[in-house]
Amino acid sequence: MRNTWIICRKEMRSYFASPIAYLLLTMFAFIFGWFFWNILGYFVSMGVASMQRGQMMPMNINEEVIRPLLANVGVIGLFFIPLITMRLFAEEKRTGTIELLVTSPITDMEVILGKWLAAMLLYGCMLLVTALNFAFLFKYGHPDWKPLVIGYLGLYLQAGALLAVGTFISTLTKNQIIAGAVTFAVCLMLWVLEWVSGGGFETAKWAQVLSYMSVINHYESFAKGMLSSKDAIYYVSLIFFGLFLTARSMESLRWRS
Amino acid sequence: MITVSELTKRYARHTAVDSISFNVEKGQIVGFLGPNGAGKTTTMRILTCFMPPTSGTAQVAGFDVLEQPLEVKKRIGYLPENPPLYPEMSTTEYLSFVGSLKGLSGAELRQRIDYVSDRCAVADVKDKLLGKLSKGYRQRVGLAQAIIHNPDVLILDEPTAGLDPKQINETRDLIKSLAGDHTIVLSTHILPEVEQICQQVIIINKGKLVATDSVNNLQNRARGVESLLVEVAGRNGNIDPAAVQRRLEQINGISRVVVKDNRHNRWIFEVDSRKDTLVRGDLARAVVEAGWDLNELRTAAVSLEEIFLQLTGDQPSAPAPEAVPTGAN
Repeated sequence: MRNTWIICRKEMRSYFASPIAYLLLTMFAFIFGWFFWNILGYFVSMGVASMQRGQMMPMNINEEVIRPLLANVGVIGLFFIPLITMRLFAEEKRTGTIELLVTSPITDMEVILGKWLAAMLLYGCMLLVTALNFAFLFKYGHPDWKPLVIGYLGLYLQAGALLAVGTFISTLTKNQIIAGAVTFAVCLMLWVLEWVSGGGFETAKWAQVLSYMSVINHYESFAKGMLSSKDAIYYVSLIFFGLFLTARSMESLRWRS
Repeated sequence: MITVSELTKRYARHTAVDSISFNVEKGQIVGFLGPNGAGKTTTMRILTCFMPPTSGTAQVAGFDVLEQPLEVKKRIGYLPENPPLYPEMSTTEYLSFVGSLKGLSGAELRQRIDYVSDRCAVADVKDKLLGKLSKGYRQRVGLAQAIIHNPDVLILDEPTAGLDPKQINETRDLIKSLAGDHTIVLSTHILPEVEQICQQVIIINKGKLVATDSVNNLQNRARGVESLLVEVAGRNGNIDPAAVQRRLEQINGISRVVVKDNRHNRWIFEVDSRKDTLVRGDLARAVVEAGWDLNELRTAAVSLEEIFLQLTGDQPSAPAPEAVPTGAN
């Protein structure tokens, strides 16, 4: 546990001692701010329009602002996750510092967990930045906070799974660009796997399996503000699977190198 | 302290290390010598638990590298060929990170950081980023991280590679000064380095063990006879080298005389003599009495280089000196 924390702290320092963390946070904040402003603007103008027409259509800020926004955070995150994980192992392999880690009295799993936790913490910071926007909603309105919290939990679990996959891919190469590009491709595929169910194969067993594997499918319940153990278990097992593959990959690194 | 037996590492297409066995006693400095690609780095990586051997065993401080890698790693300080530095960390941050990885904490960690910074002369760059350090400093920071947890065994892969001559000397002195507390294995392809620093030398070539012995023994092995270099010049500027050669060959105790070089009428002869005879006096007298000038008379150092070439057989070299019958005139 102590060793995991040492590695995690070192990774956090690498993120925050270089421009990486600030750049990612800024870009994330900016892009999310743009989404927030537009969706909220649309919501407000709809509200004004419905009042002018004299219709008092019930408008729900949770349903019409928070829910689409959270779904968008997930999509924006998809672009940022490869940027977070691509350097984790690829850079250590390129500079040779992996030799230091592997010959130190710590286990592979401690290294992997430390690195993944650091990636999780950085992503957590990014989510916190987006939470600032929502704080305004609470100042001027009365949204229900529980679906928001559950939505964030779902986002965080989803990111954890994709970050674990990215960590694994980063062990496969010395080249950060390759690690990043492959991670992006894999995450995107995991994302859109569920489209298969709309392609006329709804009843085929394999299509159902593929569709089940899609990360976005399992976000639905969280987005609705429901805490579904089935979906949480999906994310947690994907996290375990990714970290397990990372461990195997690190082991094979030694046998091959 | 280190026991290696029948160690083999095979890759898909070639064998990097081929059933090597050797022992290293506590407190010694051992030179791991071989041309590039001989399997030095591979052997060191197995000893440091970076990679497992294909077959054979290696033990460090009584622990097997396969069975108890964590125990081995606790007792080893390792400096890979390229110091494993994080460019975005300062020297102190880095040493603190490595120290805590190796299990140090609190006051002990701080004290060790101060100690190794001092010992490796990196205290003056303690707040500098590692990415901005010169090659010499990078190497010293690398050494500092290797000794931070006061390991029993130090494994240094080409510690002087890429340094300038002054830095090479400093690094060698530093390594020598560490010998008391640690058992040191260092790899190199520079022969004089081994002569200067090490007590024992392990020579490998193409993955195979060629020789393992103390540096003194190896030198003596090639020195059953002593080679002397004699430079002779004529008074009037002209001498007949054949005459000199004949005269020298008559001296009691000299077994072989060959012309080595000739510069502006100064002739250099290589003379093999029995080690225990007092040939030098006779030799000097003979030259002077014949009316020639004796410009220089010195021992031709038998370098490890020659031994190395003889042992690895990379190049056809002069017949082994042992072959020369010592009593012959």
